[in-house]
Amino acid sequence: MNFMASKQPENSLLGPEADSQRTLYPYVTGTSVVALKYKDGILMAADMGGSYGSTLRYKSVERMKPIGKHSLLGASGEISDFQEILRYLDELILYDNMWDDGNSLGPKEVHNYLTRVMYNRRNKFNPLWNSLVLGGVKNGQKYLGTVSMIGVNFEDNHVATGFGNHLARPILRQEWHENLSYEDGVRLLEKCMRVLLYRDRSAINKLQIAKITEEGMTISQPYSLKTYWEFSAFANPAQGAVGTW
Amino acid sequence: MQKCIKNGPLAQLLNAKKAYPVRPEPWKGPPTVSYRKMFRNQYDTDVTTWSPAGRLFQVEYAMEAVKQGSAAIGLRSKTHIVLGCVNKANSELSSHQKKIFKVDDHIGVAIAGLTADGRVLSRYMRNECINYSFTYESPLPVGRLVVQLADKAQVCTQRSWKRPYGVGLLVAGLDESGAHLYYNCPSGNYFEYQAFAIGSRSQAAKTYLERKFENFTDASRDDLVKDALMAIRETLQGETLKSSVCTIAVVGVGEPFHILDQGTVQQMIDAFEIVGEQEGPAAEPDAAAGQEASAEPEQGAAAGEGVAPMDI
Repeated sequence: MNFMASKQPENSLLGPEADSQRTLYPYVTGTSVVALKYKDGILMAADMGGSYGSTLRYKSVERMKPIGKHSLLGASGEISDFQEILRYLDELILYDNMWDDGNSLGPKEVHNYLTRVMYNRRNKFNPLWNSLVLGGVKNGQKYLGTVSMIGVNFEDNHVATGFGNHLARPILRQEWHENLSYEDGVRLLEKCMRVLLYRDRSAINKLQIAKITEEGMTISQPYSLKTYWEFSAFANPAQGAVGTW
Repeated sequence: MQKCIKNGPLAQLLNAKKAYPVRPEPWKGPPTVSYRKMFRNQYDTDVTTWSPAGRLFQVEYAMEAVKQGSAAIGLRSKTHIVLGCVNKANSELSSHQKKIFKVDDHIGVAIAGLTADGRVLSRYMRNECINYSFTYESPLPVGRLVVQLADKAQVCTQRSWKRPYGVGLLVAGLDESGAHLYYNCPSGNYFEYQAFAIGSRSQAAKTYLERKFENFTDASRDDLVKDALMAIRETLQGETLKSSVCTIAVVGVGEPFHILDQGTVQQMIDAFEIVGEQEGPAAEPDAAAGQEASAEPEQGAAAGEGVAPMDI
């Protein structure tokens, strides 16, 4: 297998990664995903940004995708790893469909499959650098779960990744309740996304909201949130502390 | 060879009157029987040989092995499946053969034929179920397990260094799409059934099940068990039905697969008063079934006659 390893020239520009064949750092990343259960199914929101370090390099990245008939996957973290995961799931769903027997993998099964994949990669010290949110509805049962890059997984009524954990979840804990209507659900998600837009530097003001119910999945066209920057504290931030910036 | 020597120039030399006294012909040993009289058919030496009629005799012989095993029956309603089998011990000193296996909480299997093969296949099924459960945290759909089992059996019908599994499996399982009962053949075929019986004297049980199957879909769990016991009684051909000769297992909605213990089974037998001759007409179908059972091996023996069992 030696001929397959890349031959590094003496004066390599790769630096410390020269002889590593495993993931060390992410390059193009997506920021938070927020999701909640509502009356008819799951609502999920994510912005469309792909950052290259501190540069907001890509502004039309779809970070939420439907999986099979019953599930919706949202991802934050390394975009290329997300695409790899989509390829794995594509194959999984393909084989599931090939049975052609009326059985199909639901969101619970896909979530557990992803947990196995993420955890096994973590054990090999070669993680897929993503935090995933998996939601769906099957036979009237709503399901919402999350898996991290180290294989931590759980289900809940509302989940978030990345900065969303710190900024969105407190809002959801306060304001989420059983049987939210569609409008209330969207309003709640937008509230979380607005906070993230103000406070997360990798967030951009272009987001999509996806909905999955028993009937199927729909994803909105990209749109922007209204923001207000005329708060007096923002107008002259150095007012209370001369010399600060 | 004889012919050549008889007519050729060499023969003339050999057969010419000798000048010296000739020893009598050496004794060639006792007359041997032709090999072809030992085996039933010419094309049955290995599983990868077709007969001119398009049959694989080794596979059919494997299905014979199933017919020789002791009976196993299965029947299902919308919400429950019951498996039953006749358990005969070799002697009073030994324990009974295990013929019903739990494969997972929602799947169980009853076997007839070479029980060793059945044990090995049960281990395979348990492995498949547990691997699926681990990856997907969900029970393996019965239909998929049955197809995997059938594919495994098919492999053995297409390799010259293997032999078909000599066991028939009645797979009972519950999944999202309801209650299922499947029969897996050594040939690699599988069928779904409302009720079925396999093994020796299973025709008697089948006749009983054919009479009653229309009621099974909506039957209660207890009625289903009663019908299973009645079907087993049919295969016993007059012998008393007691819990020591049979095994019953149930799986259903809210009820994981489990084998009923002897005490419960005996209670049910007593409660339903199944022991002893109940109906007069029951004797006649049994006699006819007995004749049919003895006629079956003869049919199979006639080479090239009768429908190939795999085609049923």
